[in-house]
Amino acid sequence: MSAKKGLKLIVDGKRVDGRKLEDLRPVEMRVDLVASANGSSQVRFGNTVAVAAVHGPRELYPRFLQEQETGILRCKYNMAPFSVDDRKSPGPDRRSTELSKVMRLALEPALTLEDYSKATVDVFVEIIQADGSTRVTGLNAASLALVSAGIGMRDLVTACSVGKIDGHLVVDLNGIEDNNSESDFAFAMMPTKKKITLMQMDGELTKEEFMKLLKFAKETCEKIYQIQVKTLKEKYRSE
Amino acid sequence: MIPKVEKKEGHVKQVIQIVLPGEFIDERKGRKLGFNVYPEHEKIFAKVIGIPRVAENEIDVIPLSGGYMPKAEDRIIGVISSVEISGWMVDINSPYPAFLPLSEAVDEFVDTQRTDLTRYFNVNDLVFCRISRVTKNKTIQVSMRDPLSRKLTSGVLIKVTPSKIPRIIGKGGSMVSLIKNATKSEIITGQNGRVWIRGEDKEKAIDAILTIEKESHIMGLTEKIEKMLS
Repeated sequence: MSAKKGLKLIVDGKRVDGRKLEDLRPVEMRVDLVASANGSSQVRFGNTVAVAAVHGPRELYPRFLQEQETGILRCKYNMAPFSVDDRKSPGPDRRSTELSKVMRLALEPALTLEDYSKATVDVFVEIIQADGSTRVTGLNAASLALVSAGIGMRDLVTACSVGKIDGHLVVDLNGIEDNNSESDFAFAMMPTKKKITLMQMDGELTKEEFMKLLKFAKETCEKIYQIQVKTLKEKYRSE
Repeated sequence: MIPKVEKKEGHVKQVIQIVLPGEFIDERKGRKLGFNVYPEHEKIFAKVIGIPRVAENEIDVIPLSGGYMPKAEDRIIGVISSVEISGWMVDINSPYPAFLPLSEAVDEFVDTQRTDLTRYFNVNDLVFCRISRVTKNKTIQVSMRDPLSRKLTSGVLIKVTPSKIPRIIGKGGSMVSLIKNATKSEIITGQNGRVWIRGEDKEKAIDAILTIEKESHIMGLTEKIEKMLS
């Protein structure tokens, strides 16, 4: 996970795209764009764009999957073939299967699925442009789409990525930083409850670095939460 | 409910407060929990995006989006999805299908061995009925055993957000009467988010209903609809 020899990602405290270490890329959020879905959203973090659509709660088939006491959540993460520089082979693969599960586990604690016994809530996340931190961008989009679909939730889910590049601790890694980081970690939390729902780390960190990154991640999630709140309230107020 | 006042280019526009899931509404203080809220350490939080209603003895949230979850005694518009041996399966615009037993739909004696039930209702027929039972594991039964229930013939069916139905009906049915009189049409609203319209000026009625759906949380809506229909 160490940086490629000779590749300087941080010069004079500035990153490759001119950001400071703790800066987010420009964030843009929109809700209710997919007419056929019960709720949908689009979230952009710099050049990473995720579209999420929520269908449900709806009847669950095949019937043997139905749970009598609770509803179930199904997530599908997919990267479009045109989302990256080289063509991504379309269809499910090991990575998207894993990320679908990771997203489901990160969203489940926030949902009141016990209200939807025997039913399912389906979340589809499509990455239409990828430039690092796709799982957290997808999670932010999924969270907004779930709210706009009117699914019962204990809290929103807000996610961000943090990491270590050239010995510096940074927030919101882009593609090049992601590929050359010494360590990166995807983080999601329920911001008003202060509960962590996802923490997935890659690489090596000291305990101090880890604790500092955790603090960064929480602060960043708080900033992203404010944008989510603003997006949702503005949308429903202007309608 | 505390209305927030927003100033916009010199005009005063009143907007109702909106809460998001996880947002604190009020202390519980022994009050009953209504729909779409949950308690935590004697505090009440919203479960969905919506408008909080804080009353003396109850707290709930009127959702601004979301599907229909069936409740007993709701009056709904169902679409017959299949004909069974002793009744009909009805699509009620919820995650759970409902069953309409023959005995709850027809007054006369019917010999199921000899009678084809499509004689009463066939697939895709519309029925205005009442939810008579909802069991814990979401088995739903509907009934047509009351004077208001009936089969709906001709007309058009539109779908709206179920939570907006009370706003479409208005206080004591004022809003729906306004539309009915202005457009000379017959309108039936189902609490499951389906509205059936038949009459002379259907298009105008549909426009008015969709406007109410979009702007349900804005104050002074009745005046706007009155203006629109005049």
